[in-house]
Order: sequence, then structure tokens, then C-alpha cells
Amino acid sequence: MQSRITGRAYVLGDNIDTDQIIPAQYLTYNPAIPEEYRMFGKYALSGVPDDQAGLPKGHIPFHDPSDEFVSPYRIVVAGKNFGCGSSREHAPIALAAAGIQAVVAEFYARIFYRNAVNGGYLIPLESRQRLVDRICTGDELLIDLDAALLTNLTTGQTFELQPLGEVRPILEAGGLFPYARKAGLIR
Amino acid sequence: MSGMTLTEKILARAADKPRVSPGENVWVNVDVLMTHDVCGPGTIGVFKKHFGPHAKVWDRHKVVIIPDHYIFTQDAMAHRNVDILREFAREQDLPYFYDVGSPRYKGVCHIALPEEGHTRPGEVLLGTDSHTCTAGAFGEFATGIGNTEAGFVMGTGKLWLKVPPTLRFVFHGQLPPYLMAKDLILAVIGDIGCDGATYKAMEFDGEAVYNLNIEERMTLCNMVIEAGGKNGVIAPDQVTLDYVNARNKSGRSYTPVYSDTDARYAAEYVYDVRRLEPIVAQPHSPDNKAPVSQVKGTRLDRAYIGSCTGGKLTDFRAAAQLLQGRSVRIDTFVVPATTEVTRGLDSERINGQTLREIFVKAGAKIGEPSCAACLGGPADTFGRLNAPLACISTTNRNFPGRMGHKEARVFLASPLTVAASALAGAIADPRDWLT
Repeated sequence: MQSRITGRAYVLGDNIDTDQIIPAQYLTYNPAIPEEYRMFGKYALSGVPDDQAGLPKGHIPFHDPSDEFVSPYRIVVAGKNFGCGSSREHAPIALAAAGIQAVVAEFYARIFYRNAVNGGYLIPLESRQRLVDRICTGDELLIDLDAALLTNLTTGQTFELQPLGEVRPILEAGGLFPYARKAGLIR
Repeated sequence: MSGMTLTEKILARAADKPRVSPGENVWVNVDVLMTHDVCGPGTIGVFKKHFGPHAKVWDRHKVVIIPDHYIFTQDAMAHRNVDILREFAREQDLPYFYDVGSPRYKGVCHIALPEEGHTRPGEVLLGTDSHTCTAGAFGEFATGIGNTEAGFVMGTGKLWLKVPPTLRFVFHGQLPPYLMAKDLILAVIGDIGCDGATYKAMEFDGEAVYNLNIEERMTLCNMVIEAGGKNGVIAPDQVTLDYVNARNKSGRSYTPVYSDTDARYAAEYVYDVRRLEPIVAQPHSPDNKAPVSQVKGTRLDRAYIGSCTGGKLTDFRAAAQLLQGRSVRIDTFVVPATTEVTRGLDSERINGQTLREIFVKAGAKIGEPSCAACLGGPADTFGRLNAPLACISTTNRNFPGRMGHKEARVFLASPLTVAASALAGAIADPRDWLT
């Protein structure tokens, strides 16, 4: 796991549920099949209502016309209860397939959080304050995991993040399986 | 040292520990792992990738596979996913695979699990579906997990879990005839918010809870996830044990568990059910609560009665009670959760008429047992909102796009409120229609 993540922010609101992250009609793709995995990147965040897509203005597409599978954004910034709703692991998979490396939210619904960590798809970070009103879609961000800081390179502002704590070793190992192997729990 | 809650006790035993405390991470032994057609193929992929193409599941009697989501559709990918389950069940010789198109086909997994005797007090049930929490109604620890976790459980029978603190909800009083478990849980979600129980257990207690039949208790536990809850749980009583013992075909023994009298709760909420009104959750969140009197008259295009939340026999009996001898004014969809519920529509009678006859005469359309339009699904799914319609539904979620179209407006309510609204063509108060 790299300790620094940089990239452009895509900003969303509160209670972004798994149907908004990846609508149910696309769950027929099997993420275990590589050709189908990338379809999740194509449809990631396609369920977000247009006026809520890319805050503060909204109506900002998550994908550029030049690439329908991978988004130009690397970090999702959101409000409360990110990933609420269903248990579909397709949600963190979709964000990761679209190129998202980290999500910074106030807090997460627990299944999404566990899926992100145990699958090793992306780093789910918690901010100490609400960032949705302080970061605009398109801002260039720098996340320093060791210092637990997020810097908005566009505005120069720095914000504290919650340390990753007990899930860090799992994320560093790359997910539940490599972690359990390292710990001698499975062969 | 204080006592333990029901949830803590189950997890302590599953972790082979004398006691556990909230916040502690423990490795637990899993009693039942359930998966379905939407998450099963991914789970099987994870299992094979990490344990090898010829690996065997840790215990073939503890893996239950119930296809239920995308069944009655022309979608070829959906059929392919059921084929993956079928092949896996054959290769692993799984005794509990409820195949599509066979006499064993069931429908919605959360209702099928207890019907087929896979829920027992004191056990740990993990499923690749957020509404796995439904089974807490049987006094067990039940929660939803992802594909990676389920793949891990398939190979090892174990998973790490964080012990949640418990919130206690006590319902006093006798439930009035116009209220159902759905009203109680919508009241709770509205009060604590759709993140109010995040990372927490929700334990239900009080005479109003113990006076509910087992299906209504399932409705209560089913929607804890809509408050962010990790699990919902109701201590077993004779009603629970009678149901479980009648269905526990494998004969596996179990030990009921109860909260200690000095157990510590993170918070306690007390309700007098006699003072509650029927509740409606307005678009676009299950916590957007309104008493029915406040939203009465809101125009609707459609009514939907179905899902693990509101597609059980008790739900249809309640709806039929209002629909008998009347006609719906909007498109009304009836989707039994399981094949057993479907049979119930033909065997249950009110004033000599079967529930099916009542629904058909009232002008409702009856679908095949599955998750159907609760979560949208493929475009040809029965009852799916393919246009920005206003729909009142007995289902569990109304976030944007949940039932199909992302501009559709979904109102969540009890089967009584939905049936009254179907008759009125607008949100209606069941008290005005109950005779």
C-alpha cells in the first residue's frame, strides 16, 4: 500500500447508497471474470442523481468522453454514511475499477467499509470534519496516510483524517486473504 | 463485571471465549453461510482463486445457496449466473441448493432460510446480502457480508467480526389493528436516522414484540440495516422454538441464548405502541419519516406488495383484508416472497375467498416469487419502475433508483397502508379503510 495518494477529487453528498454507486441492473456482470470486471468501472456512480453528481455544482460526469471505463478522478470525497444499503461488494469494486484509490467520507456503512478493506480494493478514510463543503470536484488532493492528513493542493488547505487503525495491516497486506496468510490463519 | 447482551453472548460462544466486549475483534465459527445469484458467482470466484480450482467448501451442510434475485427475466447474464451456482452445487455436492426451475425452488433467501429450517437460536448466520439480518428474529446473530468475506468463510468456516455495542428497543402496549411491525421499524429508523445504528446491534424487546407472530418479528429485524445496524435480534420464546423445531429438518441441535439481566446497552429507546400512527418513509431515504396523516392524499401511480420485508403471508393477509370486495385505483403488484407463500395465497381464505381470488378480483397483478422489483433488477423485471413514477411499497429501501428509475419516487409503508393507498389511488390511512 502506498503511503501517499494524489489525484483529482470527485465530490458527493450524504448517504450515497450502493444502488447509486452501482445500480442493481449491472450486478449481472461477474466481477470474478476480468472482461466483466471493467464493466463495473463503466457504470460506477451511474445511479447518482445528476444534480448530486460532482458537487458543489452537480451535473459533472464521472467519466471523460475519452475513456468510458476509467474515470479521470482518483479520490471520492463524500459526507455521512457512504456505501449504505446493500452488501454488494460490486460497490467498492466499481469504484476501484473506475480508478478510485481512496474514498474520504465522514463515516461509512459497515458492510461497504468491510468490503473495501477485506477485498483490498481501495482505502476508506474518515475525515475529522465535513469536507464536502470545502473541496470542489476537480480539486487536486494529496493524502498522506502516515501523517493522516489530506491537503487540497488547489486551495492549499490541509485537513486531518482519522488514522486507519486496526484495518491498516489488512489494507497493507492487500486484503483479507493475504492478511490471513501472513498471519498463518490459512495456507 | 457486567453481564453480556444476547449478541455478545452468541459471538463469545462462536469465538470460543468466556466473554467478549463491544469494539473487540474476534474470529468466529460460522454455523450457516448463505449466498444467492447476485453475489454467489463472485463469491465462488474468490473461493476458487484463493483455495484452488479443486478446493472443497469447509462443510457442505453449512453452505446454503438460494437463487432469488434475477430469476423471471430474459436476461442471459442472469441465467448464466444461476448456471454458475448450479455447477458449483453439483461439484461440491451441496444438499441445500434451491435450484430455479426445480420443485425445490424457493424465492427470496431471507424467507426461504427459516422456511427450510436453516435458522436456529444461538447460531451465527452470515449471508452475502444486507437483509441477512432478518434471521435475528430467531434469536441468532445474522448479518450481511461481501463476496471476499464469503469466499473466505467458504474455505475456512471462520471470519473476523467486530463485536457491536447493542441498542435496546422496548415496545410496550398492545399493537392496535391498524399497525404492523413495519410501522414500528419505520418509526425507529425515522427516530435514529439511517445511520443511527451504524456498527451496532439492535435488540428488540417488550410485550408488543413478543405478541408479534414470527413473520412480523422477521420484518422488525429485516430493516435494521436501514438504520445501519449490524444485526437485529429478538430473544427466542415459545413462538420461536415452535417454529424452529417444526422446520429444523437437519435436526441439528442448538442452544438458545438470552441477554443477562445486567447486560450493558449503549442506549435504550422505549415506545408505547398505542401512541404510534401508521408511518410512511418518503423519498429518498428510509429515515424520511412522516405519520400517514401528514402525507395522506399524496398522488401515486403504483402500489407494490412484496420482498423479504413485505411479501410474507402475514403481509398478504393484511393487504387482502382491505382489498376484499374493493377495486384498486392504481397499478398494484403482488409478489410473494417464496413458493410457500404463493401456495398460501391459494390456501388462506378470508370469508371463504382465497387471498389470490381477493387480489385478482381487486385488480392486482400477481407475480412469481423472487426479489423482483424491490431492487429494480433487469429492465424486464415484474413491477420494475421503468419511468419516473410515484410508488408506495412494502419493500425496504427508497434511495434514488432503488426500484429502477432514478427519478422515481418510492414511499415505504406497511402492507395495510399500501393496500389502503392502492384503493384510494393516493397515500391513504388504513384506519379509514378498516371496518
